[in-house]
Amino acid sequence: MQYLLLIYNDDAKMAAAAKAEQEAVGKDYREVTGSLIQNGQMRATGTWPSGITTVRVSDGKTLTTDGPFAEAREAVGGFCLIDVADLDAAVKIAERIPGAKFGRVEIRPVTAYPAK
Amino acid sequence: MEAASTIERIFQQERARILATLIRLLGGDFGRAEDALASAMEAGLRQWRADTIPSNPRAWLIRAARNKAIDDARRARRAEQRAQQLELASDPVRLPDEETEPEDLAMLDDRLRLIFTCCHPALSLDAQVALSLRTLGGLGTDEIARAFLVPVATMAQRLVRAKQKIKVARIPFAVPAEAELDARLAAVLAVVYLVFNEGYAATSGEALVRRDLASEAIRLGRLLVELLPERRAPKGLLALMLLHDSRRDARATEAGDLVLLEDQDRNRWDRAQIQEGLTLVDAALTGGAPDAYAVQAAIAALHAREPSAAATDWAQIAALYAILHDLAPSPVVRLNHAVAVAHAEGPEAGLRLLDALDAEGTLRDYHLLPAVRADLLRRLGRREEAAAAYRRARELAGNTTEQRFLDARLAELAAHD
Repeated sequence: MQYLLLIYNDDAKMAAAAKAEQEAVGKDYREVTGSLIQNGQMRATGTWPSGITTVRVSDGKTLTTDGPFAEAREAVGGFCLIDVADLDAAVKIAERIPGAKFGRVEIRPVTAYPAK
Repeated sequence: MEAASTIERIFQQERARILATLIRLLGGDFGRAEDALASAMEAGLRQWRADTIPSNPRAWLIRAARNKAIDDARRARRAEQRAQQLELASDPVRLPDEETEPEDLAMLDDRLRLIFTCCHPALSLDAQVALSLRTLGGLGTDEIARAFLVPVATMAQRLVRAKQKIKVARIPFAVPAEAELDARLAAVLAVVYLVFNEGYAATSGEALVRRDLASEAIRLGRLLVELLPERRAPKGLLALMLLHDSRRDARATEAGDLVLLEDQDRNRWDRAQIQEGLTLVDAALTGGAPDAYAVQAAIAALHAREPSAAATDWAQIAALYAILHDLAPSPVVRLNHAVAVAHAEGPEAGLRLLDALDAEGTLRDYHLLPAVRADLLRRLGRREEAAAAYRRARELAGNTTEQRFLDARLAELAAHD
């Protein structure tokens, strides 16, 4: 069963955290993603520090704009696509992601359609 | 005729157990399990006669329901093959190969699995309550809707959505691991207690005691004590519910008017239920630090065991409220603490605690704060202030029974003038 973990960062909360905690974030991410890759539960993961483009097609015309569609205090800062047995297993992984501490992690069960 | 009522009783008694086992056998699919059980019960009603009711109706119904589910799955698969559809990523309907007769031990586990799945934190609290009452309790969708004052269609929708979420998000049909059991159990107990409170003191509407909900909650509490005999927390909660509920007949007059604890006819308290509650309180309090339910049950026990209101050990009750506040800090607990202190040390001491609560402002819209203040002021002979506080409480009270009670107190005060 695949779940998409959407990681929402709260920058204000992050900025308010202790220095040591901030510094640990990178290491904590590497630890979680590394272990998921090693045990075969990770299907894909990524982040997007910048460079987001939004496309809308209206009346046959393509409108391309810079940045994400919605402005929000919390933004999706990255994702993990994981393959685990059930929701409880997904929650266990989500709670280890640093973003859960500095924001939140949304778990979406994925209905995958075959690509071919 | 008699056979029909016997069969009806068997269905009532066995429904939750059978449903729990079917959900496990059908891979956690609530909807399919319910459909299969409905078909099996229909078959039972058609086939059973007074002298042909199976010796083990539970096993009969489980087998019939499972066969029905297997048939349906086969038919669905054949239809799918005929349509020459490609198999999509969604799982084909599958049944575990388990052929063994369900044992009692496994079925105990099934009901425990069902409880933890219905009260899974990924479901909304409303959904947890509705699902627990529907699948574990004996209540129909229409009854739950009536109890929570929502349209039947809304309740039906809520149940459908909850079952859908369990299926789509794959909420496991499982008892949590030991490391998480206590935290998850606390969530289950909170659901049961919410149901009880909804039944015991309706927050709105005419009926002060919605007996169905209170007795359903007690049933669920008993089930948890039975299924988790080594845990103390369910014992504390069950004790608390039994002790409160033992006063149900004395809490309101025939006309439905509220009777205060101190004015209740204690002969109308349910002695057997109190005895059961007292035994459970002892069990809940022994062997380690007590939890909040056990302390509340201990407070209820101090009321329940006294033959008269005058004999109440208020100093002990005040001390227990202080402990409760350490375990579960809340302004309502402080309000109750103030009441106990007022009884133990006098109204002035209680009023001082109320002033501190008032200053905080967290209970600004809670009618019992001015109601308690009014009572203390009345006892001190400060009638005008008491009347003002009663009027304020009357404005805030949400249910008609409490409003009538406050009206009566106001009238009493006026009569003394």
